[in-house]
Amino acid sequence: MMHAPTTAAGQPAAPGQTVWAEHVSWIDRIPRAVAMLLLLVAFLAVWQLVYEVRLLSPIILPSPLETMADLVFVGRNLVTGDYMLGALWVTTQEVLLGFAIAIGVGFLLGLLVGETAFGERAVMPYLVAINAMPKVAFAPLFVSWLGFGIASKVALAAFIALFPVIVGTAAGLHAADENARMLFRTMGASRWQTLIKLKLPVGMPHFFAGLKNAAVLVVVGAVVGEFLGGGKGFGELIRVAASQLNTPRVFSLIIYLSLLGLLTFWVVIWLQRRLVFWHKETVADEALPQ
Amino acid sequence: MRLAARDRAPAGLAGRPVYELQGVSKTFARRNVHALDNIDLQLTEGSFAAVIGSSGCGKSTLLKIMAGLLPPSAGSVVLAGAPVTGPRRDIGMMFQQATLFPWRTTIENVVLPIEVRDGKSAARAKHDDARALLELVGLQGFEQVYPNELSGGMAQRAAICRMLITEPAVLLLDEPFSALDELSRDFMNMELQRICSERTATSFLVTHSIPEAVILSDVVHVMSPRPGRFVEAVAVDLPRPRTLDMITEPRFGALVQHIRGLLDKGAFL
Repeated sequence: MMHAPTTAAGQPAAPGQTVWAEHVSWIDRIPRAVAMLLLLVAFLAVWQLVYEVRLLSPIILPSPLETMADLVFVGRNLVTGDYMLGALWVTTQEVLLGFAIAIGVGFLLGLLVGETAFGERAVMPYLVAINAMPKVAFAPLFVSWLGFGIASKVALAAFIALFPVIVGTAAGLHAADENARMLFRTMGASRWQTLIKLKLPVGMPHFFAGLKNAAVLVVVGAVVGEFLGGGKGFGELIRVAASQLNTPRVFSLIIYLSLLGLLTFWVVIWLQRRLVFWHKETVADEALPQ
Repeated sequence: MRLAARDRAPAGLAGRPVYELQGVSKTFARRNVHALDNIDLQLTEGSFAAVIGSSGCGKSTLLKIMAGLLPPSAGSVVLAGAPVTGPRRDIGMMFQQATLFPWRTTIENVVLPIEVRDGKSAARAKHDDARALLELVGLQGFEQVYPNELSGGMAQRAAICRMLITEPAVLLLDEPFSALDELSRDFMNMELQRICSERTATSFLVTHSIPEAVILSDVVHVMSPRPGRFVEAVAVDLPRPRTLDMITEPRFGALVQHIRGLLDKGAFL
């Protein structure tokens, strides 16, 4: 009796039958898409409720429907290539240029800090100190150096996004384990070969982790730059809408802007999946467009 | 000197010496550790020697010095008539971890040492040799597979191929199978014996498993810790080829017991 197969309920099973199922709670069985949709609906319902009971002034908080209508309006404006598309293009340029600069400069600085003893000992402390500064506070400085045009926003975006790239690159260069380094030494590999064939590939996941942070920060940098330095971008549209108390517009502009952030993020993920195909976390990465 | 006399390889195995260590000592000044003390060692061509000792007795330090990865504080290391002053082409090395690189297919991992030394086209020219090696270790058909899909034993076998692709004169093995489960480990040890005898390679194994050292070696050097020194060179007079069945033989048991006795003594010195 002691060794007879039993079911999960503890009752003796029929001879030859040991079938039992792991218990999965009903909430974990909901398909992901449905779960996400349910959460969105719940959020909109609460929003509508707060609006209905006038908890906040409609000027401060528009109804979901008003926001939806404005989303459609802005969307139409973007699709027809009206002035908002121009503004979005300006911000997109700032984001792309800022990101490119952050990647290029960040990679080189990461290489300096991660690969050379001088960089690690002498340069790193300064980078840590600069990273601790509130980087947004540099915005007026960039405006006075580079003017009200796109350049000052690119500079701020790159400056804010730079540090995760440095950290990711440097951490990646230290990621190769002792055995792998020893193996390369026994093969008589030069420093350059060890860098190209061992340290950089091993460090790829770290590098991309840095890039993902940077992809989000670069949009922050561009928009803050526009808030503080004017110009013709999406941030300026938000600022103007907010000053006119056009809250639905602010909301819908923010939503379209977040699409830009998501897009840069997804480009990084896509690249990572192609280049770091061997890394498990890469394959299992959440937040992916399937 | 007193120990050196006993350290000499047994008369029956006196072939041409390929590896000669004389009075090798190592002190890590910064940590104030005396890791190795006056090690004398001779490896004759085609022989299989093992060094055994408790962890932290300096085995790995000795191996690194032999491989030219670490300079000795005193003494000389000579391989095939030339002093070892850095990593060398004629030394093949293997570690506890297979350390295959996941972005390379199995065959690309195997030819990596060639790629590092002689470039990509030389590596491509070696693909046939690599395929033959993979067949030797029973990995035919896995050439284009990425290491993620290999089991631990298969990965170590691929690592053996990577070590052999440069046709090294000496194989330095740093607990190569200690990360494997016992069944695969026994099997891999027999594979290793077969490969070594087929290639008449001179091998030097670092291990902390007494049965493993005995079943594989012609000579087992017993090491005592702090500072690491050779206590005795035990000649293993079991016939070759060795089989796993020999583990049950009285002679095997006697050798294991003798070595264990030496190690226990060393621990209480």
